Amino acid sequence: MEEPAADNYSLKVLIADDSNSDRLILKTLLIRLGHDVVEASDGLEAIARFEDSTPDIVLLDALMPRMDGMETARQIKVLAGERMVPVIFLTSLSDTDALARCLEAGGDGFLSKPYNRLMIKAQVHAFNRMRLMHQTLTEQRDLIGERNRQLMEEQEVAKRVFDNVAHTGCLDAANIRYHASPLSIFNGDVLFASPRPAGGMLVFIGDFTGHGLPAAIGAMPVAEIFYGMASKGFDGADILKEINQKLKRILPSSMFCCGAMIEADFKLNQLLLWNGGLPDGWLIRASGEREILPSRHLPLGIRSADQFDAEMDVISAIPGDRLLMMTDGVLESRNSGNDLFGETGIARALDAGGRQQHPFDAVMGGIRRFTGLQGGNDDLTLLCLEMVDEAGFATLSDRSIPSALPGPAEWHCIYELREHTLNTFSPLPLLLHICMEVPGLRRKSGEVYTLLTELYSNALEHGVLNLPTEWKRTPEGFERYYQERERRLRQVDGHFIRFGLYHSLQSTGGRLRIICEDSGTGFDFQSHLACAVDGSPTTARNYGGRGLLLLKRLSKSLVFHNQGNCVEIVYDWHSSEISSNLVESQS
Amino acid sequence: MKNKPHLDEEALAELRDVMEGEFKLLIQTFISDSLERIASLKAALNAGDANAFCNMVHSLKGSSINIGAPRLGTICQAAEMAGKAQELNQASILLIAIETEFQIVSDRLRALLI
Repeated sequence: MEEPAADNYSLKVLIADDSNSDRLILKTLLIRLGHDVVEASDGLEAIARFEDSTPDIVLLDALMPRMDGMETARQIKVLAGERMVPVIFLTSLSDTDALARCLEAGGDGFLSKPYNRLMIKAQVHAFNRMRLMHQTLTEQRDLIGERNRQLMEEQEVAKRVFDNVAHTGCLDAANIRYHASPLSIFNGDVLFASPRPAGGMLVFIGDFTGHGLPAAIGAMPVAEIFYGMASKGFDGADILKEINQKLKRILPSSMFCCGAMIEADFKLNQLLLWNGGLPDGWLIRASGEREILPSRHLPLGIRSADQFDAEMDVISAIPGDRLLMMTDGVLESRNSGNDLFGETGIARALDAGGRQQHPFDAVMGGIRRFTGLQGGNDDLTLLCLEMVDEAGFATLSDRSIPSALPGPAEWHCIYELREHTLNTFSPLPLLLHICMEVPGLRRKSGEVYTLLTELYSNALEHGVLNLPTEWKRTPEGFERYYQERERRLRQVDGHFIRFGLYHSLQSTGGRLRIICEDSGTGFDFQSHLACAVDGSPTTARNYGGRGLLLLKRLSKSLVFHNQGNCVEIVYDWHSSEISSNLVESQS
Repeated sequence: MKNKPHLDEEALAELRDVMEGEFKLLIQTFISDSLERIASLKAALNAGDANAFCNMVHSLKGSSINIGAPRLGTICQAAEMAGKAQELNQASILLIAIETEFQIVSDRLRALLI
């Protein structure tokens, strides 16, 4: 035999035949082949035997008293349910109609009389093979079903963990509209938004190659890096560099992340955008004008750190201007005719929406009309960010969870930047990070960040680089200012900026003293301060009025030392305050 | 139908080989079952029940073929067709032929057991 096991197996075979002599012959033949035999002399008895002995194969005479073979076959097939029990008709029927009726009743084959030993053996063998194949299929189907259930369960758990890491940040802000599937993470789509400590916001929209868990796994570190760095005050470009480097290191080469970083600055009325591999962004001006913002970079996770270009495009944008960004799923939405929605679909939807309709609603509506799906395609992410007036923009909680540790209370540190490092490195995230170790200061991150930023930019631009503020008053001067800034930054030999941070506890809270000293020549702070405190427009030689006023307002005291190149600020925090932020103190 | 033998010697030899010690039981079972069937066939004809006649003569045909009595099987086949065609006269003529052939077959089968 071609199958060695074939001769060794033993089946339980039910024989139903009203002819005693025929049954005797068949039974003897089957026993000689090594099978167990259960006998019945009519259809009703066959069903009873089928139920109490669960045979593997049934051999049925077509014509029997009480219940004929066809009805018996029908009932046996019902009783067998999902189990495949071959039913073979024993017949001397010659008319084809009768044979066809046997098959329709659920019969799987025939054995004709006179019985032939070899035919019986071959038939039983063939039907047993079919029975085993069916059994295997059923088992594998059940196994796949079970695996699928497990997978869904795992995805549910993974999603819960992911939602905690990659929360939606400040996506609920009034100036953001977005669509993302609840399970978008398993489509590889991510969408994060975070307020910046000194105002404004950062948004990241991304689309990983691939689907399912592998795509979701890549999204986890991106979320960690984005929220971690954004809350520490890093800018979009720095975060992009970090994300790119991380993805390049951890992802297999076939996997990467198309993405866009948006940095919205409501103070300067500008948008910074980096688009690496996502579809074109659309800037819809308050005036109704549209600008296309195409991808100018490779996706994240492809280039090595030294080849990666994180430079963001600067776009001036006033309140009411809206930026639309999307993942591939938007363009790849299909209608019933299998046509793509594409960029023409977006243009058409925006045209149809006119000036009245919000561009987000216009595009979502366009997709729904196009696909005919009310819920829309769930494999797409669409974001619309609107520029707003700084004053009207309520600062958002960044959902950062207070550390369980008490943190340091009594400490000080000196941090000095020297030489060409002044040109290449910003100490602000690090300094903010040191201050944020104090739980009482963590709630004041916006104010502390603003103090550090203003002190640093004053020390660098007006102290070390000795750039005059007046230049910034005219458009030509503005350009000259930044050209000169670039030039002088390359000539910082012998220069330094030194930060001294001192923290101690007080009965009502704590005190942070910041001393910022630079290697510049200083300035006439006496006359400048007088003007600044008056609130009259400052004409001081070196200091930008706004920065100094802000420092004055946020701190308990502001003192200049030496010839004006050393500034000391005292900043108190109170344990009774539950929350406070920059916007409240300004309004 | 006359050209078929009363008994298929080759088939019977194989049956004897397969059945071993139960060959005798098989022959006895066939003879007693067939006698019963022939009696029932008569009753069906008397009652004019062509359908019952057909079913029973069909069964007799099957077991005759299996036991190695091809001529008896062929006569049963003709009787079954007559029954299907509702030709009860023809059927009763063939039933007499069945009885005659069965007598010959059963004598010869019994002879095999001695």
